[in-house]
Amino acid sequence: MSQPATHHNKAAAAFLKNGQRAQWHDETLWFVRAKRDKAAHQIPEWEALRNLGSQIKEHTLSNLDEYLLQFEANAKKNGIKVHWANNAAEHNQIVYEILLHHNAVNVVKSKSMLTEECGLNHYLAERKISVVDTDLGEYIVQLRNEPPSHIVLPAIHLKKEDVSNTFHKHLHTEKNNQDPVYLTRAARQVLRKKFITADAAITGVNFAVAETGGIVVCTNEGNADLGVHANKVHIACMGFEKIIPRAQDLSVFLRLLARSATGQPITTYSSHFHRPKAGQEMHIVLVNNGRTEQLGREAFRNSLKCIRCAACFNTCPVYRRSGGHSYHNSVAGPIGSILAPNLDMRKNADLPFASTLCGSCTNVCPVKINIHEQLWSWRQVLMAEGYGGSAKKASMKLMTGVLSKPAVYRLSTGMARFFMRYLPFLVNNRLNPWYKQRDMPSAPKESFKDWYKKNRNHE
Amino acid sequence: MKVGLFIPCYVDQFYPQVAVATLELLERYGCEVHYPLKQTCCGQPMANSGFASMAGGCDKNFIANFSGYEYIVCPSGSCALHIKEHLHSAEEPNAAATIRERIYELTEFITDVLKLEGVKASFPHKVGLHVSCHGQRMLHLSSMSEKVEKPFSKAEALLSTVDGLELFRTSRADECCGFGGTFCVTEEAVSVSMGNTRIKEHLANGVHYITGGDMSCLMHLEGLLKRQKIDIKVIHLAEILNTQ
Ligand code: SF4
Repeated sequence: MSQPATHHNKAAAAFLKNGQRAQWHDETLWFVRAKRDKAAHQIPEWEALRNLGSQIKEHTLSNLDEYLLQFEANAKKNGIKVHWANNAAEHNQIVYEILLHHNAVNVVKSKSMLTEECGLNHYLAERKISVVDTDLGEYIVQLRNEPPSHIVLPAIHLKKEDVSNTFHKHLHTEKNNQDPVYLTRAARQVLRKKFITADAAITGVNFAVAETGGIVVCTNEGNADLGVHANKVHIACMGFEKIIPRAQDLSVFLRLLARSATGQPITTYSSHFHRPKAGQEMHIVLVNNGRTEQLGREAFRNSLKCIRCAACFNTCPVYRRSGGHSYHNSVAGPIGSILAPNLDMRKNADLPFASTLCGSCTNVCPVKINIHEQLWSWRQVLMAEGYGGSAKKASMKLMTGVLSKPAVYRLSTGMARFFMRYLPFLVNNRLNPWYKQRDMPSAPKESFKDWYKKNRNHE
Repeated sequence: MKVGLFIPCYVDQFYPQVAVATLELLERYGCEVHYPLKQTCCGQPMANSGFASMAGGCDKNFIANFSGYEYIVCPSGSCALHIKEHLHSAEEPNAAATIRERIYELTEFITDVLKLEGVKASFPHKVGLHVSCHGQRMLHLSSMSEKVEKPFSKAEALLSTVDGLELFRTSRADECCGFGGTFCVTEEAVSVSMGNTRIKEHLANGVHYITGGDMSCLMHLEGLLKRQKIDIKVIHLAEILNTQ
């Protein structure tokens, strides 16, 4: 059975130790959030557009089986080979077999969070197939042997000097040259060669259109196009939730996606792939990996509406101050915190608690997922399933008992342990985490209750 | 107008002056206010920790205390919200539903029920407003920066009628302060960092007071301010609106 990962709060505290860097991270992502606000405010019908996006997804999820089959049929008609994978292992195996069949040993990949979720790079590396992530941010973190910390800006936790050092080490760029143009050129030179000399290209999928059997991939660097066009084999990997019914629905989602993600009206490239070009083989792998289970969880089902724009990351004050790696899941941030427990409750039991439930995530979400409510609901599920530990449960029982009996409540000063945990500001104790960096509120002469009895008793 | 006054447990214990101000304010505007003495805690700390299932006793006690009032008013958006969203009872479903409908946060009650357009109060100071999330995003006491909607704020509208008060907005107008109930200890480092960002922005505005509708957020900010010996005081909206 899986073990709980390093608790989010520990990783977050470590992240915040470097105050300056943490502040920079917070401000950089806030800047992206502000750009998103500006872009949204330029569309008077923004809220209506969000409603529409949410409703299309609602409809799609309610008919997911039909749309997936329709997509499969149309894709096949277009000459695409379609594969179904029930879990990460099956996905990896399918991709491996396609590559093996073509004797492919060098693969270029454009960003796909699904392949991160499935651990594809690692799986293929063990089988002597090298995969190069060609999105610049992904390439940087791949060189550093780190996972992405953000689903849209994978290297957002790194500063220019980090990139400079990484490139110096791996690409032999000049030491300490931090000029972004210089560094980007260096990466481009290496990547261009990789595109040309690869044996196959893997891409993610932003939208798969049931009606046409085609897929759309959104990038700012054009790396999906480069990979696909330069190679004889194209494998596109997608989770079930990427399906949309009609091509015209793109007019809703493409408008929402880039504005929510980076404040751009549209991504630089929205690449439509409908069929293999002459002499090419095109594969699509449709992946379940827990999605049908999430679909069956009433309270969490609409998390599958997510279009991975990361607006909820950028707005989240906790994410901005703890960094993506503190979420120990391929998708971090608020949405990651409601997706991760579906995959593994024990490992991810801490994540729904890494939030103040402020609700900002829900407000920015372009498909109106009630993220903060789902965080709350996951807390209930996790505690009911026993992931809080029996001591916590026992103390909670004791306390709710006390709080439901006013007479006992009046005498409850001995309840320090409970208060320390649940109303921590009421206990002046140096072990109390409240007190580490905050003073306690000073105790007044009398409580309101006592004042009221003296001054106004109606009873 | 018979009003049941619901005072959050920590306000009762640590900020009685906020409860007194709320009571006096409501009385001044013609309400007959009762404070049911057997009230304890709304159960929010438990529910937000994942133990809503155990809050049945709290709910029962709340219903026993607050049934029969025309309105229930609470000087906290967060506690009012908890009742509005999560008060349930298998035995007395109707009583619970009635209370869920009748509970109001203070500025909401003043604006929407009493329909006061202003208050007679005077507070000649530079004041920063802290917008608390539950009141704002869930009770919709003000417009939200994330949404494309017409700007409004019930608290600001009231404060703008207070004599001498100079109101300052922060650059991130409605970012969470990081209190978050048990979050403030389970995620101590992040919580403190969030609070410090709020304080930094208020400091930049040169305010002398930070006010807001939720004492819990203000208590968290106060803890940070005092520890860092920063000369800004926190004061609940009710206290300002109740100045003569
Ligand atoms: S949950 Fe919503 S805001 Fe977050 S990544 Fe998904 S679509 Fe974007």
